Amino acid sequence: MPRILTGNRLETGDVLWWHGRCWSTQISDAVEIGAEGEALLASLIAAERINDPTFIEVTGEPGAFVPTTTRERVRASGPSVRADLARGSLSVEAI
Amino acid sequence: MYRYDQYDQAIVDARVAEFKDQVGRRLRNEITEDQFKPLRLMNGLYLQLHAYMLRVAIPYGTLSGTQMRMLAHIARTYDRDYGHFTTRQNIQYNWIKLEQFSDLLDDLSKVEMHAFQTSGNCIRNISSDQFAGAAADEIADPRPYAELLRQWSTLHPEFSFLPRKFKIAVIASDSDRAAIQLHDIGLQLYRNAAGMPGFRVYVGGGMGRTPIIGKVVREFIPVGQFLSYSEAILRVYNRHGRRDNIYKARIKILVTELGIEEFTRQVEAEWATLEPLGLDAPQAEYDRIIAQFADPAYEIGAPDTIDLSDPDFKLWVDQNVHAHKQPGYAITTISLKPKSGIPGDASSAQMDVIADLAEKYAHDEIRVTHSQNLVLAHVRKADLYAVWQVLAAADLATPNLDLVTDIIACPGMDYCTLANARSIPIAQKIAAKFENSISEQRDIGELKIKVSGCINGCGHHHAGHIGILGVDKKGEEAYQLLLGGSGAEDASLAKILGPGFDENGIVDAVDKLIAFYRSARSAPTERFLDTYRRLGAAPFKEAVYA
Repeated sequence: MPRILTGNRLETGDVLWWHGRCWSTQISDAVEIGAEGEALLASLIAAERINDPTFIEVTGEPGAFVPTTTRERVRASGPSVRADLARGSLSVEAI
Repeated sequence: MYRYDQYDQAIVDARVAEFKDQVGRRLRNEITEDQFKPLRLMNGLYLQLHAYMLRVAIPYGTLSGTQMRMLAHIARTYDRDYGHFTTRQNIQYNWIKLEQFSDLLDDLSKVEMHAFQTSGNCIRNISSDQFAGAAADEIADPRPYAELLRQWSTLHPEFSFLPRKFKIAVIASDSDRAAIQLHDIGLQLYRNAAGMPGFRVYVGGGMGRTPIIGKVVREFIPVGQFLSYSEAILRVYNRHGRRDNIYKARIKILVTELGIEEFTRQVEAEWATLEPLGLDAPQAEYDRIIAQFADPAYEIGAPDTIDLSDPDFKLWVDQNVHAHKQPGYAITTISLKPKSGIPGDASSAQMDVIADLAEKYAHDEIRVTHSQNLVLAHVRKADLYAVWQVLAAADLATPNLDLVTDIIACPGMDYCTLANARSIPIAQKIAAKFENSISEQRDIGELKIKVSGCINGCGHHHAGHIGILGVDKKGEEAYQLLLGGSGAEDASLAKILGPGFDENGIVDAVDKLIAFYRSARSAPTERFLDTYRRLGAAPFKEAVYA
């Protein structure tokens, strides 16, 4: 199952996904993480600028990854009860 | 209401300066997240699913108009234009940025507010009766004693690193509107046979993973000695409470493991050494604080009748207005459970409206209830119609207090990292079945539905007439159904009825429960809870699972 990398920006708490060179606030930008992920994760932890960096499992294709857990789908979509606060890259219906 | 003196403000200012420095050091990478996390948690700052969440303390749920207006300003300036009033009589903001946090703390401190001790293993915000100082059935205003506890417990060096968090509630009437038997310490002010005021002291109550109803550790402690007695309880807990297992660290586990007799013996022995030390506040300090909670300047001879010719207004008065101890006055509850709403949420514009109303009509006082509603405690009956009109225009006049749509719900997995399932959509779906008919809701009568998104129980599901607990079932949201709980003076713990449900299944199950109750109640006045207690679980179970 594909995995992607997520975390929260220290300064703002924003939910982020790794898009290959940097971070994006849209899960649709996320890239699949391969064997190089462990070294990347270790460097992020050491840098102390992203809180709780972690891999999550997803289904689907690049550009349309959907997390396998409800919790991560909610993180990606925004609160399911506030459509006006939705992030836009994963629909509430996908939760 | 209580106003800070120079010592209170100095304490807050010093703590704010300290935490601003810690935030700055974290942003400059001078300390790690592992070092920073316990510091931010002690200042009410969590990292939740979407952003940082800030929990601001509202001591015993009492606010001034100025303070409410500041909460609106915080929502507008630092958040996304709303706040969430909690079951601990506090407010939470869901979209806080760490880089703006120092300015936010400065703003809060300008109105004698802060966020410390809203998290961490310390004595949390003291809670109380939302009708305090106005209720006809109280023997005195309990808030001066809650304020004394606030001052005693604020940054108390001995109790800043307890085995686990510690919650205290204070009331002064036989009607328990603060769920004191479900707190670590519950204090009920009453007069003994000699007419002396003192507290009945409950200890070891709580919800969460191991729900327990508190036990009486002392039937009567004179008001002048309740602080030292509370300190004795905390000392025994601090000494013997378990620190090896987070799930067994609350005082309720210690009381259960020792037994109430042995626990009481240890507390009394501790108190025997403490009481002579003069730790209790002197009478002058009691008098100083009690004076700040003196009755407002009521209008003597204010009209004691209400023109109920507007049927919608009458409905609101019947449901959301309570008797006041002062002739010509009433207590009004502002529902934060509107149609299609989120329990406990209020926009900044609504907060401003409530602040204006408090200043104009309610002697500048607002209360937050543990049921996630707000209260204007001192309103002239002659002003009720004007108040209702303003509330109605702001979608704050839903006449559903204690009815089926007045549902408590924690933030659940829409916001919270701890949650296993979403709570708010469940509350909304249940409410949607009834919210278009107030007459049907009133026919069902008092029904307290409480929804938690995880076992920690912030939605008080164990105290619900109908409790709903969100659980994780192989990565999917599922919900357990519990019946028979009460957080009132007839406290009881809800019990699981049977197998769990998915999201739609739990909503249908509640519908079936209510239909069965209406068919089985002995009279229209028999509450859901009383029917359940009379008949037991079996027929309800059959109604849901057959």
